[in-house]
Amino acid sequence: MFGTAVIVFREVLEAALIIGILAAATRSVPNRNRWLLGGLAAGLAGSALVAVSTDMISAMASGVGQELLNATILGIAVLMLAWHNIWMTSHGKALAISAKAVGQAIQQGRQENSVLLVVVGLAVLREGSETVLFLYGISASDGAGTSSMLLGGGIGILAGISLGYALYAGLLRVPMRWFFAATGVLVLLLAAGMASQAAHFLIQADVLPSLATPVWDTSAMLPENSIPGMLLHSLAGYDPRPAGMQLVFYALTLATIALGMKWANSSLPSK
Amino acid sequence: MNFNLRLTARYLQPVAYTLTTVAMFCVTTAMAVDGEYAVTIQDHRFQPAELVIPADKKIRLSVENRDATPEEFESHDLNREKIVAGKSTATIYVGPLTPGRYRFFGEYNEKTAQGVIVAQ
Repeated sequence: MFGTAVIVFREVLEAALIIGILAAATRSVPNRNRWLLGGLAAGLAGSALVAVSTDMISAMASGVGQELLNATILGIAVLMLAWHNIWMTSHGKALAISAKAVGQAIQQGRQENSVLLVVVGLAVLREGSETVLFLYGISASDGAGTSSMLLGGGIGILAGISLGYALYAGLLRVPMRWFFAATGVLVLLLAAGMASQAAHFLIQADVLPSLATPVWDTSAMLPENSIPGMLLHSLAGYDPRPAGMQLVFYALTLATIALGMKWANSSLPSK
Repeated sequence: MNFNLRLTARYLQPVAYTLTTVAMFCVTTAMAVDGEYAVTIQDHRFQPAELVIPADKKIRLSVENRDATPEEFESHDLNREKIVAGKSTATIYVGPLTPGRYRFFGEYNEKTAQGVIVAQ
């Protein structure tokens, strides 16, 4: 039961942390909850679909369909998060400038909501389909202790969601002065980490060269399956044995979004 | 409106950047594979549990899952993870590796599904 709880917890944690950060980052966006729940529902429905068609997806693209699907999902999420962060940079400042800008910002808030829905949906889709498959495997194997393992799965899900909620609640306590900066940095790291994971899948599929592997090895110091390792992996894309190409993707994403934010900030009317 | 246009241009920049990067590397890849190896999963165990491959070469590993339940081939040492559906085969590219022992396991049945790749 304990082993099951740990595996499910690991899968749920990543999606829960992403949702926690996005929910905090968009707390001023109208109808946010409806969009979040919409994304969650779409992601869950998609998970079931992906889980059922794992066979077919794997066989696609000469056996690397799964990697390409994962990389595509991550790539779209990175673009959406980049958009979110750059939009939020101009939005936060526009709100402070004039009432007219507020009206405009709310109108654009609709666009922002759909971006949010997509990222939440994609996060749930990726982690959810693995959880569905795993739990299916347990319930399909007719050994003793199936119910205790399903109970473990339930505990894992609850624990993952609790941590995501704790992150959300913690972020809401950040004073307004630093709030946008704090969520901005979190989303930035999230996007860079996802880009590195996308590179990881493309290397596994032999679409990209790995460059050097591994560039460093910190698995003895901070293993990937320890709690701090898992948290750092989910939040900032920590990888104890990264390939060179992953670092290239990480750095490029970080730099591109940071520059975009800087640009959005400086090209706004400064009055 | 002006605001919108400027924003649009901004969003397109990272997109263009990513696409160019991906295209660039896809041209330089399509690299050769130096060998084909296979392991089988049956009753939540890997067969063979120890696989010897040449060091400093890239190989294609096919993992056949004969069980009815799905398994996730995972290796922290190799930095690989892939779901293998029940009664199906998955392809994983491994290497080039420096000589050494690289543990792998089935995440869904970690107690029994253990194996190691030896690069020499």
